[in-house]
Amino acid sequence: MENSDSEIIIQITNMHKWFGDFHVLKDINLAVHKGERIVVCGPSGSGKSTMIRCINRLEEHERGRIVVDDIEITNDMKNIDQIRAEVGMVFQQFNLFPHMTILENLTLGPKWVQKHSANESEDLAMKYLKRVRIVEQAHKYPGQLSGGQQQRAAIARSLCMHPKVLLFDEPTSALDPEMVKEVLDVMISLAEEGMTMIVVTHEMGFAKQVADRVIFMDEGQIIEENIPHIFFNDPHHERTRLFLKQILP
Amino acid sequence: MINNEVTDIIGPPVMKNGWGAWINRNLFSSWFNTVLTAICLYTLWLIVPPLIKWFFINAHWNIPAEECRLGDGACWSFIVHNFRFILFGFYPFEHHWRPALAILLFGIITLVSINKNWWNRKLMYLWLVTFLGMAILMKGGIAGLTPVTADRWGGLPLTLILSVTGILFAYPAGILLALGRCSKMVGIRAICVGYIELIRGVPLISLLFMASVMFPLFLPDGVVINKLLRAQIAIILFAAAYLAETVRGGLQTIPKGQYEAASALGLSYFQQMRLIILPQALKTVIPSTVNIFISTFKDTSLVVIVALFDLLATTKASLANPEWLGFSREGYIFVAVIYFTFCFSMSRFSINIEKELNRGY
Repeated sequence: MENSDSEIIIQITNMHKWFGDFHVLKDINLAVHKGERIVVCGPSGSGKSTMIRCINRLEEHERGRIVVDDIEITNDMKNIDQIRAEVGMVFQQFNLFPHMTILENLTLGPKWVQKHSANESEDLAMKYLKRVRIVEQAHKYPGQLSGGQQQRAAIARSLCMHPKVLLFDEPTSALDPEMVKEVLDVMISLAEEGMTMIVVTHEMGFAKQVADRVIFMDEGQIIEENIPHIFFNDPHHERTRLFLKQILP
Repeated sequence: MINNEVTDIIGPPVMKNGWGAWINRNLFSSWFNTVLTAICLYTLWLIVPPLIKWFFINAHWNIPAEECRLGDGACWSFIVHNFRFILFGFYPFEHHWRPALAILLFGIITLVSINKNWWNRKLMYLWLVTFLGMAILMKGGIAGLTPVTADRWGGLPLTLILSVTGILFAYPAGILLALGRCSKMVGIRAICVGYIELIRGVPLISLLFMASVMFPLFLPDGVVINKLLRAQIAIILFAAAYLAETVRGGLQTIPKGQYEAASALGLSYFQQMRLIILPQALKTVIPSTVNIFISTFKDTSLVVIVALFDLLATTKASLANPEWLGFSREGYIFVAVIYFTFCFSMSRFSINIEKELNRGY
């Protein structure tokens, strides 16, 4: 539920972006409070991924403002590094580093970015591998793990950086159906612990269960923004209704 | 339910194994193959026995040149009498043990480096110490060793120094050039592209000529860089340009997601390159990298045009000796064997490294 008392951690105002001549994001306005869980859905090509990728500068926005934890994203690399240290990201394709073991994947950030000692980093990594229940895979390479295990390792890798916000870019879309649940379970337990999350997903069950707000995007715009109960049962916009009709059984 | 009886009965197809079966399958499977086999066997019969006769049976190993000319086999006496000049050139005769020891040291450290488990800081220091030792051995001047100036170095040590030093400096330079060429910064990219295209656009020979003829013109009066160093620089510049393009090929095989994941973790550009991108990119291009190493090794024979006596040049010089005129076959076979040994070892070495790096994923 939207909690206007708590601190705003991400503030996006009048943000625009173009890919060449194509206007991908049109006047995006969004405020995310600490501890909020937001699910973003919409047809493919609607700009959902691009929007969250702007939040840690994997994509550059061209107009408007993005402020994360009181730091505005500008061309200043120092700000960007600071924001990346606070914002974790989980990708559709996991993007683990294939030439390193799972443990090495996890210790990389703590060791090189946060300058922890090797031992500290390793303890941290093991703690989060336990958290996502794949401790026994620590010394294997990503290629030896199933998709679900890889995605859980990728989530653990983000957690090792103690992020204030976690962004999920379609985290279950590349998984075989039988592995979706194990990843969603991890995400649900993170949500229950109060992690601030923005999740781009088509898993409407997840949205119903954990989201404080559901956002529907189409053609680069935020069309509708509502609490799950109303969003799913009584959406205000015709386009939202059409979309839900297509994806819900 | 699966019909167990049927699945039990059907086993895998029976494969015939052993020599007999292999020969039948590959050499005599049809009348056409049988004819081909017969033609090949006949050709081998024509070629191989005379070769063996020439190489070994009728060969002379240690007789004077005059008698050698009378025989109809190979005259390996030429090698036996000249191998020290071929291997070490004009290096003072009584000090030949020094380059020999230097080469031996190099061989040992290379063998040690085959095992990936030993790749650590200590091994790196050991390499540095080895190089220092080799330099001292070659140059002398300390530890009671008579100084030998670089213009007297020649033969195999010269070939090895030029190629190994060339590769060691050209590899990192090539990596930097490749990164520069992929850089978002226009200035850096332009400089790297310009360099690579310029160097690739001229033959090594012209670079060597420039190094020996034009380079001194740019130096202030009195400053002299020796010939060896000038040739060495030309070889490094040349190999770096080719390596840069190979490395760039490797960089292009890395999926965008790897860069993104590394950025999202907050790694800086150089950390990303060093920890994530280059280890993967360089691994994928090992075969073509070794290709360049091998051609660098062989290209060092071109330094003869700036009057350096590498392995091939010392061989030629020996062949020009009036006493041993006319034994070029033996001479060239001998250097060919040496070149082949080194190039083949490099190729095996790289296959070994690939295998080591492929463990796990």
